[in-house]
Amino acid sequence: MSVLPKDISFDQASPAPRSEGPAALSVEAVSHSYGKRKALDNVSFSVEPSSFTVLLGLNGAGKSTLFSLITRLYSTQTGSIRIFGYEVGHDPGEALRRLGVVFQARTLDMDLSIQQNLLYHAALHGIGTQETKARAAIVLEQTSMADRAKDKVRDLSGGQMRRVEIARALLHRPQMLLLDEPTVGLDIKARADILAHVRKLVAHSGIGVLWTTHLIDEVYPEDNVVVLHQGKILDKGRVSDVVARTGVADMRAAFTKLTGSGPAGGDS
Amino acid sequence: MTSLSTDLPLRKGFGLAQYAICLKGIVWREALRFLHQRERFVSALVRPLVWLFIFAAGFRSVLGVSIIPPYDTYVLYDVYITPGLMAMIQLFNGMQSSLSMVYDREMGNMRTLLVSPLPRWYVLTSKLAAGVAVSILQVYAYLVVAFLWGIEPESPLGYLTVLPALILSGLMLGALGMLLSSAIKQLESFAGVMNFVIFPMFFASSALYPLWRVQEGSPWLAFACELNPFTHAVELIRFAFYQQVSWLSLAVVFGCTVLFLGGAIIAYDPSRGMLVRRGGPE
Repeated sequence: MSVLPKDISFDQASPAPRSEGPAALSVEAVSHSYGKRKALDNVSFSVEPSSFTVLLGLNGAGKSTLFSLITRLYSTQTGSIRIFGYEVGHDPGEALRRLGVVFQARTLDMDLSIQQNLLYHAALHGIGTQETKARAAIVLEQTSMADRAKDKVRDLSGGQMRRVEIARALLHRPQMLLLDEPTVGLDIKARADILAHVRKLVAHSGIGVLWTTHLIDEVYPEDNVVVLHQGKILDKGRVSDVVARTGVADMRAAFTKLTGSGPAGGDS
Repeated sequence: MTSLSTDLPLRKGFGLAQYAICLKGIVWREALRFLHQRERFVSALVRPLVWLFIFAAGFRSVLGVSIIPPYDTYVLYDVYITPGLMAMIQLFNGMQSSLSMVYDREMGNMRTLLVSPLPRWYVLTSKLAAGVAVSILQVYAYLVVAFLWGIEPESPLGYLTVLPALILSGLMLGALGMLLSSAIKQLESFAGVMNFVIFPMFFASSALYPLWRVQEGSPWLAFACELNPFTHAVELIRFAFYQQVSWLSLAVVFGCTVLFLGGAIIAYDPSRGMLVRRGGPE
């Protein structure tokens, strides 16, 4: 672990100090419809640098739609989404280069090695081979996958693939990391490892993280939480504040009370 | 670590070198994937050879081909269909990469491509170029076997002059595949693509029989063949293989490439594309 704080040397010059600079991610008054069906209704929240924000919602809450909008699969119909002040629709290049993404579906090339996967991803960001190899050594070290770099992805376990995907998402040094239900399909230990790893990234490197999940036990008391239900935000803020406002004992009860339905506690 | 953090804070925009790295990375991955999927390579090679060794051999005596440009002498049937088979390789490759894009999109690979900060038209065009490069590898592999079978252009220069034609026809067929991929929702739809795109395009063209032959049988079919862009891809390749240019075919193939690629870029545009209209993530 001694390598961690030094290695994740994201330049601190770019994300300005929290209180003054733009939010790592800011979603303002975003609504989105598919035909008549409204998937998102006036959604606003922000993720600060150096913070871990959980987007909590059941399946069908609108998490995937929001994810597609932030990653510019579709453009925003109403409202705006900014990454460090860059609007995703107007300035996609500048916004997307500051964003790291871990998709819910596996997106690694099974037939290629870990290193080949990383080289490909880096090329998509215009980062050359030599630079990528140096960076890959670091991100793989962080994820304890350094000795597997030449292995085919097909031979990895589900948890290892996830770790590689996180390493890949960090290759271009984003200051905002987006993870869409990253622990789905993993066993308990792998889940805990991934969660701990990403939390460590937040603590050491100052990146902002938006972690979407429907698993309430992934929310810690010190996190920020955004509760999304049927396209609407029911509450947001520090977990302790949300719990207090709802007048219940813990986040699980708060979620149940807010949505009128219970969240999943374990794996899906 | 100092050397690694020099690129931040980021300068705005991207340099030419970064565009080049991106293109190289996409082509490199496509080639790697192709080499790793040995069955794909073998089947891509076997398909035209089946046509050449069996179909053409069987029809050799049945179908005589009279002297038509670009040929200045009677040619055997297997010589006649070779350009058609080159185009067929590219047709299958273009549709297969469209299948892989549908697959990629469902599996999320396409998503990683689309979150590249480089402009989307550039990323898609690079992806297309990568597919064309792979299809040209396949065509030359086929030409090696055809050479051993005794089929070669009049002059070895033909191998060189056919290259620009292959690039253009590969672009057209790849762009068509890309356009289709934006409209296909299900993986299984490839069977539909076979039935409704590949077979009609291939059979209603000059790949297997000269158009004057078709004209004798059915003027309507001949008319359809002339409208078929694949016919023009075949003719472009045929003439180029004999160091000549079919200007009409060149114009049609070029025009269709622009049309299909433009359509694909619009279809993958986040605000206008079919991705939006189709109703959200799966």
